[in-house]
Amino acid sequence: MTVPATAPDTPAAAEPAPGGVLRPHAEEAFAAELAALAARDDRRRPPNWRLSPWAVATYLLGGTLPDGTVITPKYVGPRRVVEVAVATLATDRALLLLGVPGTAKTWVSEHLAAAVSGDSTLLVQGTAGTPEESVRYGWDYARLLARGPSRQALVPSPVMRAMAEGMTARVEELTRIPADVQDGLITLLSEKTLPIPELGQEVQAVPGFNLIATANDRDRGVNDLSSALRRRFNTVVLPLPATPEEEVDIVARRVGQIGRSLDLPSSGGLEEIRRVVTVFRELREGVSADGRTRLKSPSGTLSTAEAISVVTGGLALAAHFGDGVLRPRDLAAGLRGAVVRDQAADRAAWQEYLETVVREREGWKDLYRACREADG
Amino acid sequence: MTGPLLLGVRHHGPGSARAVRAALDAADPPAVLVEGPPEGDALLPLAAAEGMRPPVALLVHAANDPGRSAFWPFAAFSPEWVAIRWALARGVPVRFVDLPAAHLLAADEAAGAEVGGGGAHGREAARIDPLRALAHAAGHDDPERWWEDVVEHRGAAGDPLAPFAALGEAMSALREAHGDGGRPRDALREAHMRLSLRAARREFGDAVAVVCGAWHVPALARTVPVGADRALLKGLPRVRTEAGWVPWTHRRLARSSGYGAGVTSPGWYGHLFTAPDRPVERWMTRVAGLLREEGRTVSPAEVIEAVRLADALAAVRGRPLAGLGETTDAVRAVMCDGSDLPLRLVADRLVVGDVLGEVPEDAPAVPLQRDLTRLQRRLRLRPEAAGRTLELDLRRDNDAARSRLLHRLRLLGVDWGEPAAGRAGTGTFRETWSVRWRPELSVKVAEAGVWGTTVEEAASARAVASARAAASLHQVAGLVEQCLLGGLADALPVVVSALADRAALDSDVGRLADALPALARSLRYGDVRATDTAALARAATGLAERVCVGLPPACTGLGAEAAAAMRARIDAVHTAVGLLPGEGGTTGRWWTVLRGLAARDTVPGEIRGRAFRLLLDGGHLAEGEAARAMALALSRAAPPAEAAGWIEGFAGGASGGGLLLLHDERLLALVDGWLASVPPDAFTAVLPLLRRTFAAYEAGVRRSLGELVGRGPAAVGRTPGALPPDGFGASTDADRADAVLPVLHLLLGTDRTAAGPAGAGHHEHAEATG
Repeated sequence: MTVPATAPDTPAAAEPAPGGVLRPHAEEAFAAELAALAARDDRRRPPNWRLSPWAVATYLLGGTLPDGTVITPKYVGPRRVVEVAVATLATDRALLLLGVPGTAKTWVSEHLAAAVSGDSTLLVQGTAGTPEESVRYGWDYARLLARGPSRQALVPSPVMRAMAEGMTARVEELTRIPADVQDGLITLLSEKTLPIPELGQEVQAVPGFNLIATANDRDRGVNDLSSALRRRFNTVVLPLPATPEEEVDIVARRVGQIGRSLDLPSSGGLEEIRRVVTVFRELREGVSADGRTRLKSPSGTLSTAEAISVVTGGLALAAHFGDGVLRPRDLAAGLRGAVVRDQAADRAAWQEYLETVVREREGWKDLYRACREADG
Repeated sequence: MTGPLLLGVRHHGPGSARAVRAALDAADPPAVLVEGPPEGDALLPLAAAEGMRPPVALLVHAANDPGRSAFWPFAAFSPEWVAIRWALARGVPVRFVDLPAAHLLAADEAAGAEVGGGGAHGREAARIDPLRALAHAAGHDDPERWWEDVVEHRGAAGDPLAPFAALGEAMSALREAHGDGGRPRDALREAHMRLSLRAARREFGDAVAVVCGAWHVPALARTVPVGADRALLKGLPRVRTEAGWVPWTHRRLARSSGYGAGVTSPGWYGHLFTAPDRPVERWMTRVAGLLREEGRTVSPAEVIEAVRLADALAAVRGRPLAGLGETTDAVRAVMCDGSDLPLRLVADRLVVGDVLGEVPEDAPAVPLQRDLTRLQRRLRLRPEAAGRTLELDLRRDNDAARSRLLHRLRLLGVDWGEPAAGRAGTGTFRETWSVRWRPELSVKVAEAGVWGTTVEEAASARAVASARAAASLHQVAGLVEQCLLGGLADALPVVVSALADRAALDSDVGRLADALPALARSLRYGDVRATDTAALARAATGLAERVCVGLPPACTGLGAEAAAAMRARIDAVHTAVGLLPGEGGTTGRWWTVLRGLAARDTVPGEIRGRAFRLLLDGGHLAEGEAARAMALALSRAAPPAEAAGWIEGFAGGASGGGLLLLHDERLLALVDGWLASVPPDAFTAVLPLLRRTFAAYEAGVRRSLGELVGRGPAAVGRTPGALPPDGFGASTDADRADAVLPVLHLLLGTDRTAAGPAGAGHHEHAEATG
């Protein structure tokens, strides 16, 4: 699941595209803004870019053009992140967006591709089963058998098409792709050429080609990037929401959506959501909200996405087994489960947190008792 | 040209420094005037001395109170420093022209305000920031960045004097709009600068050069009647001052507090000033070098990419050249995999940097030395080369002050006094020192001058810095103790919070437990020395809580040696917890922890036995529970080694276990019964442990135990009261017991009349628990 965490409510979600798809591509949903930017943009554009780097940054960060056109912010977060990402693409280095679930990696990657190349559809969705064909090329076997190897029989991958046309290719979940397939990207990125030995030909990248990859940096057990591949990328880490309010807002909104689809009663609970977010943020940052007590950080990610699932889990408990109101005892087990991943170290961190922070906090006695009970 | 050459600069701006050097070379003025306190004039020639290495600071302090002082720091890239060195190298006269520090310090005394060096270079928040105003006019948010773009990063091309003229005009426009910008004292300073400038022009001609903050340029260019300036400065209060050079560090230059002109990136500025060309490329190479030293692989290709990214970022942000922000972002994205951790190292070592200034040997004594001399005189504690022993009674004010002085000096690395072993049992209000003054200590004092102007201030600063840099929890706990001993109330909160931070992150219960006793001790010292220890008590309680949480898991699966070490720790923590103040919540938790330890099978016998013993001594066991638990621990199913460990933990060593066995014969019977049931081969294995346990008893106890056991299992195993041991009556002799009571009341200070029933109660209680 990818939550456009730090992205605001999108107009796209409000107005369905004419064709009636669930979610139109960024370049369609924001066509008007892109056109307005392109019209006003008088700065130097790198070859095959639709906009100048400055205009791309403005498209993502929002602003008002001299003629009064309002560009909605696509990414609400540190300016620096977007500026580094755009500058990376401008130096034709590949861009790796890292972050825990719920930090809008995919969202940023899609909008970058839409703004730079006007096309965000050259996409490889990485899975453990992604074959080499999806980053290089495959064959139309019927044609291959009938006519022998030819360019007509070749099925280009999104990456190959991006090279040939000078576009931005996107690779989602790079770390889920098997290591040997990842390796295929190494020479492609450094030599900017893709040989096709079967035909004695090659595809050379034209200016404007670039690649944006996204990956989750806290998940263990996936195919870690080799250092050789890592060196081909400039890395930008997308931070978690900066303020508690932002995060509470995101969690509340998502919980509301999920709750509706699961037909759960949405009975207030904002205060409990605030507490869950506070617990997550404090443990994640390793310091209490008042900045006075340092805490051990547990090994789990404690991402915004997990906070959402703790709250929805609690809601389900409250609806089906409780009195329909979200109470600390509905959250306690979920909280403990999200925090304690490693039985020894995390358990100590969790207990310390309960004893030194939760117990002392005004009005948190009920949560403390519930968590102590859940801890057994 | 006519009129003086006014060179407006930003303090500590490398671009300004470079521009000043170019302008001086071009104009070749007959004299150079620099913004700074005239008290430093006599010290100016030292700036060119052999051993002088910036960063250094000119220090002026009130003669009678070194604590009241002002600093004018100079780095190699400070325009003022460049101007001074330029003048000294050519034999051109150079002078400071600012308002004398004598007035500044006197004014601060009158206002009762904290004195910082800000008087000279300050830009307080409430004032108009001229650079901010200019930057906003140019459409930039960040004044520092704007200034860097237009001045500091500008190449050295064209007329070296032109930029100063342009800057002067801009500042004139600003001053017209903002007047004195909310700095009333500037009027005095500028009047003094104008008068000095006038005198210099009479002496050296019109072409003298002035290096001052850009803000002051319009005021110096203005013509004001001499009389008006004189009138303004007439009758200003002043104090007697002394001045000197002190070594400075880049880190202190970067300190934003106290010094208005603090720069956040002295290392970067130093680099910009010294790099002959291609500053970004050279910087990236240095960063790569540092990261490689720290064990990261950084390829030359990455250095190239980082430079390209920094340039592209500058373009996206619309800056003429990549600045520190761009280079940092580029380093993070290319060399650090987007992580901030290695970046912190770069910020610490390169952006700020470890540069330490030096001052020549023959420079006037640092104020710290003067303060020390003053204290030595006042406390009648003369530095003598012959060693002697000093007995201090901390209840006397003079002795307490002496003790604080010696402790503070130790913190500063000036080991004039060493704590010596005092007479046995002297209590907490006595201290014994062996004091000896060695010549090299003077050097140490001079070195410590960088930390502050008085012993107290320097020791505080040093303690805070050490606490932040300390590697282990143990060290910080030691610092807390030293701060308390030295009476450094200012440093204590910072050190204590550093301690709390470290304790929170340390996952080794052993280290936490080791730190706790020192803290508990500190709390008691604090009481003796009347220090406010609330924060310390909080930290200690927090530490104890963490120990309580972490101890049970840490006690499982230990080998014999580790178990012995852990037992010693538990003893130490037990004592420490007893010393902690508060409502007893922590103590309650500690008893729960001990109870848990005593009952858990995976915990080594030695620790279980110890926990049981502590519970027993604390009166936390019900009647008969000790015997039941011992029976359980020594039952046949328990491996003999475990059981022997339990006995060692329960009754071993110097903890009075022998007496316990002697007086509770049920326990002795259990031990005896167990010993008799150990199979022969296992007996050899547990013998060393048992021997260790029982050999530590006092001879008398051992003999009595032996006699008791010698009568055989029947005698040992009988119920109390059946047959007394040698030397004891058949039952309690009430009359003889009563005869002791008056003496007891006298000793305990209890009221005799009220003690009747209470005494009886105690008696019952003793029976119940014993």
